Order: sequence, then structure tokens, then C-alpha cells
Amino acid sequence: MSFPWAENYAPKNPLMKWLDAKLPLPRLVYNAVGAGYPVPRNLNYFWNFGVLAGVALTIQIVTGIILAMHFASNSDLAFTSVEGIMRDVNAGWLLRYMHMNGASMFFIVVYIHIFRGLYYGSYKAPREMVWLLGVVIFLLMMATAFMGYVLPWGQMSFWGAQVITGFFSAIPIVGDPIHTWLLGGFAPDNATLSRFFSLHYLLPFVIAGVIILHIWALHIPGSNNPTGVEVKGPQDTVPFHPYYTAKDGMGLGVFLIVFAVLLFFYPNTLGHPDNYIQANPLSTPAHIVPEWYFWPFYAILRAFTVNWLWIPAKLWGVLAMFSSILLLFFLPWLDNSPVRSANYRPAYRIAFWVLVVDVLILGWIGKSPAEEPYVRIGQIAAAYYFAHFLLIVPIIAAVEKTKPLPNSISESVLHGEAAEAAPIGVGSAH
Amino acid sequence: MLRFLAGLVGVGFVSALLIAFLMPREKVEPSAASVYHLSEKEVKFSFDGPFGKYDNAQLQRGFQVYKEVCSACHSMKLVAFRDLEEIGFTKPEVKAIAKQWAVEVPSINPDTGEAATRKALPSDYFPSPYANETAARAGNNNALPPDMSLLAKAREGGPHYIYSLITGYQAQPAELLKQFPDAKTPAGLHYNPYFANLNIAMPPPLVADGQVTYAGDKKATVDQMAQDVSAFLMWAAEPKLENRHRWGFVVIIYLLIATGLAYGAYRNIWRDKKH
Repeated sequence: MSFPWAENYAPKNPLMKWLDAKLPLPRLVYNAVGAGYPVPRNLNYFWNFGVLAGVALTIQIVTGIILAMHFASNSDLAFTSVEGIMRDVNAGWLLRYMHMNGASMFFIVVYIHIFRGLYYGSYKAPREMVWLLGVVIFLLMMATAFMGYVLPWGQMSFWGAQVITGFFSAIPIVGDPIHTWLLGGFAPDNATLSRFFSLHYLLPFVIAGVIILHIWALHIPGSNNPTGVEVKGPQDTVPFHPYYTAKDGMGLGVFLIVFAVLLFFYPNTLGHPDNYIQANPLSTPAHIVPEWYFWPFYAILRAFTVNWLWIPAKLWGVLAMFSSILLLFFLPWLDNSPVRSANYRPAYRIAFWVLVVDVLILGWIGKSPAEEPYVRIGQIAAAYYFAHFLLIVPIIAAVEKTKPLPNSISESVLHGEAAEAAPIGVGSAH
Repeated sequence: MLRFLAGLVGVGFVSALLIAFLMPREKVEPSAASVYHLSEKEVKFSFDGPFGKYDNAQLQRGFQVYKEVCSACHSMKLVAFRDLEEIGFTKPEVKAIAKQWAVEVPSINPDTGEAATRKALPSDYFPSPYANETAARAGNNNALPPDMSLLAKAREGGPHYIYSLITGYQAQPAELLKQFPDAKTPAGLHYNPYFANLNIAMPPPLVADGQVTYAGDKKATVDQMAQDVSAFLMWAAEPKLENRHRWGFVVIIYLLIATGLAYGAYRNIWRDKKH
């Protein structure tokens, strides 16, 4: 595609020739994920996670469409209709647990995918657009997951909706009208449930659309790789098919095994028991906690406990929580080190691993009640999160002494052994 | 310019957090519940773990406890009489259980259309002991007995918690009152260290061995009855647990084989490529 040595699609079968002449769909697939897409030969297992995220989205859409056939988006019926799925629909328990735990798997995979990008500098030029579209997908996923969690209309559904939509009321002057407009009332109720259901059905297809743009933008420069050194010639690449289709097939198997263990043996471990109690606006749960994939952001929200610079604490928290994700949009320009991969950036590499630990601590704090010592730990962890992206990364980029880069991907792979002949891709083999 | 602005925003967030960090905290006095609350007792159930299965004899005994004790106050709206076939009751037995149920099902008089009640059928869900929440509260010192359909999944610790709670009633410890003189269990409530705030409205439901007469050889001790009814409630909350465990094994064995083959294919395709 973008590489001059990429194989052109040359169908031999008359039917495919005919189809390619009328509608070049086979050509598109061939150049997107077939032998016509040259990919760096040195990708490690962390490059499996993009495909896995696509699989996770597909699982969510397929199970979700079937669940929607049995679900009643009405505040009087939603809870019982979900239990009807669990008890009386054929294999309904399987569909429902797949959808519930599939959301967790989707987030696990996407978090690894994002941290892969952070470690290997995949957000840097010329792949900024891939990164920006990725952040858009992440935001859409969060909105979709939040609204999906409201649908069973359990206690955490209701109170989660109450707390999260309450963020908007922190905005000065227009906050309260916006809050009421979003909910369709002064508190979550039937109007909220039915609009969330409608949007929860819509947004996954928007995500699928942005994923197409994400992959399209990726195919212009081609994939990054663990050295972060750009592809220099055909000896640096292998065709996507069969090399990476085979590797992704294996990765998919491992992903499905982890998913199956969670789904069949621990289906409620990542959920909250209170969501098996029907929503009751008159009874507030002792601790309101969101789903695990929101814990780090929930910790950032709650870390701001003091009015400061004329901004009330609540507004600080809401601004910080949104900023914690929005700042990712600026990352390609905040980090202007020309070296991509953290393997050649000793200081950034340390900062990266501190960030990983920091986000895990934030997750633990987000899950814990708002008492000491959790609040203070959360405040330090949240401060480090912002310092990492807004202060430490730009400073490291300016002062860091990076290690020498290999001349090319093939050189780094062959480790000085006699050069292997330019790879004979399957494309050229037939 | 961008990096400068980002730095300013960063300093803003970090300073707000550091000031919040340095603010003195109000001292939080420990509450009676934070000191005296106990976590669940150790108890083994046949359905624990990935190989777990329900023990139908135990579930039937548990059902008997629910029928003769719990159902006087607790509804179980999501479970139908027909579901009892899954725990080993025959069709005629289920029909008889439904017909003899102490509470009848709301209906109408077929001639006049006036509100009436009729005997339950296997297709009916368990009828509730109270007509509505107000009636339930009025009959229980203003506390609402929770619906039991999902109770075992709606509490941290599940059936282990239910077992601990039922067998956990005791006199309020003297040292608790010495340490927290205001925390005396109010009249009409009952001290139970397994309950979140230590004082539960429900009186001890199982008080004497033999309170329920078991048909088989099992002795109906309080401990046995508590285990049986906790197991039954787990079944009521998660009736498909056995199917789930069975499917899980088949699926995982299939996936292990498939992944092994995929790994072989991957190694084979890459064998002449250094990477």
C-alpha cells in the first residue's frame, strides 16, 4: 500500500477477477490485512492487542444484538427482563455473562494496547492521527460502557448514573440545565434508561466506524515496531498474511482462554453484588463504585478535596478527570523526542513503568472508600499522573541522552549474522 | 508554546492536589461496626470452585427450610414452581407443592371480574407473603424483608454470608458496650456481628434443632438447616451454575487444543524468518 514493494492484487480466479473489476473489495482486504500489506518483521506479542480489541468489539456487538431482543428498556421491566434472560432464555445466561465480562475483556485489551503505544512511542509522527483516533475510540468506549452498565437497572446502575451524570452539574451556570437535559429529568428515571439504551445500541457502530478510520490512518505510514526505527526496505518487512494472521490466530486463542475462564468460572467477580438488587432511588448504597475499568479516573475525580484558585473542589475533580484523558490528545506534541521506542530511552523507560504502577495505584484507590489513608495516597498518585504527562515527559524529551538506534529493523533482528536473503513473502512465492 | 501551556496546567493540577494532601484531616473515631464486624465464617459448599455441582438432596432440604421458615416473610419473585423440577422434584410433586402453597396467587373471579385469589400452578412464580411493600414493613417493625431470588448474589460473600448471618446471632458483647456506650442494640433489633451495621431487624430465624422435620437421615441441626437454606438460595440466584461449569470445561479444552494448533501453525509459518 504505502510501500513500493507491497504486492499488488492479481486475482487468478475468474470470479475474483470479475468481482475485482466491478467492486475492488477483494483488493481492499488484500491490501489491508492480506499479503499486500507489508508489516515490520519484528513485532512482539504486544502487537496482537489491536486485533484482539476488534474481536472484543465484535463479541460485544453480536451478543448485544441478541440480548436487545429480550431486554425491556423500561425502568419497571429492565431488571426482571435481564433476570428472564438469565433464567428462561435459551443459553441466555451465556449471552449475558459474555456481554458483561466481554466489556471487561475489551477494556483489558485496550488498556494493554494503549500502554503498548505509550512504551514504543507509537503516538509519534508520522502516526499522530492513528493515536488521536484511538483516543476518540477510547472515549466512545467509556461512554458506551457507562450507559450499558445502567441498563440492568440495579442499584449500582442507578447510583452510578446518578454520580456520573452529576459531574455535569459541577459546570458553572449551565451545569444544572445540562444535567437535567442529559437525564431527561431531575434524577435517573425511565427517560434516562430508554435514551441510554438507544445510545448504547448506537455508539458501538460509531466505534466500528472510527476503528475503520484508525486502521486506515495506520496503513498510511504502516505499523510501528519494537525498535521504533522506520521500515527502510523489503528486508525489514513480512506480508501481513500469513505471518501476522498466524500470530494473531494464536493470540486470539490465548485471549479466548482467559475470557472463558472469567466467563464460565468467575462471571461475577468483576461485578458488584449491589447490582443484583433492583434500583431503588430511596436507598443509597454504602459505597458507590463504578466498574473496575473506571477506577483510576474515579480516583482522580475524588482526589481533589480543596477549593483552590477560586475553583471549587468538585469542579477541579471533574476538570481533572476529563483532562486526564483529553491530555492524551496532546501527547504526540508534548513528547518531541525523536526516538520512539522506550528500549532506547533510559529515562523515559523508568517514567513509563512508574506511570504503570501509578495507574494501578489509582485503580486501587478508586475502588477503596473515601477515607484515610486512601485519600492521601490517591492525591499523590493523581499528582504524579498529571506530572508525568504534562511535566516529566516534555522535560525528559528535552534533556534525555538516548541510546544508539539500530540502523534498521533487519539489522536488529539478525544481530550481525550473515544477512538473510530478502524475505520471500508468500505473495511472491506463488 | 503548547508545552509551556501544558506545563502550566500540570502545575495547576499538581498544586491543587499537594495542597489537598497537606490539609489537616479530621480525626475519624472508630465506630462499633468498624471494630466488631466479622467477615464470613468458613463453610464448604458442594458448588464451590470450578468443579462445583449442586447437591439436589441438600437443595430440597433447603427448599423445605425456605418453605417452612423464610417464606413467611421473604418473597422469591423471580423463581417459579416449575423451576423446582431442576432440583429433582417430579412434575406431580411440583404440582402438589404449588397447590398446597400457603399463599394464593392474585386472580380475578371469572364470573364477576372482582379481585380474588386462586391456588398456585407450576407455571406461577412464588407468591409474595405480603401484598406490597407497605404491608411488608407494617408487619416487620418498619423493616423490609428483602426478596430472596438473588440474595446469594447480591451480598458480598454470597451463600457463605447468608450462612454466617443465620448462625451468627449472639448477645451483644459487654466490652462493645464499654467501648461504645451509645451503640446498644435498639429495642426490636438483634445483635449480629456479620450484619454490616451489627443490628439487624430480622429475629433469629432458626432457633432450635429439629425446627424443620427432615424426611431423610440428615439431622436438622440449626447448622445443617442454615447450610441447606444457603445452598438453596445460591441455586435460586444462579440456577444455571452447573450448566455453566460443564460448558466451561468443554470450551476450555476445545480452546486449549485450538490454541495449540494455532501455535504450531505460527511456528511453522515463521520457521525460516528471524524476528
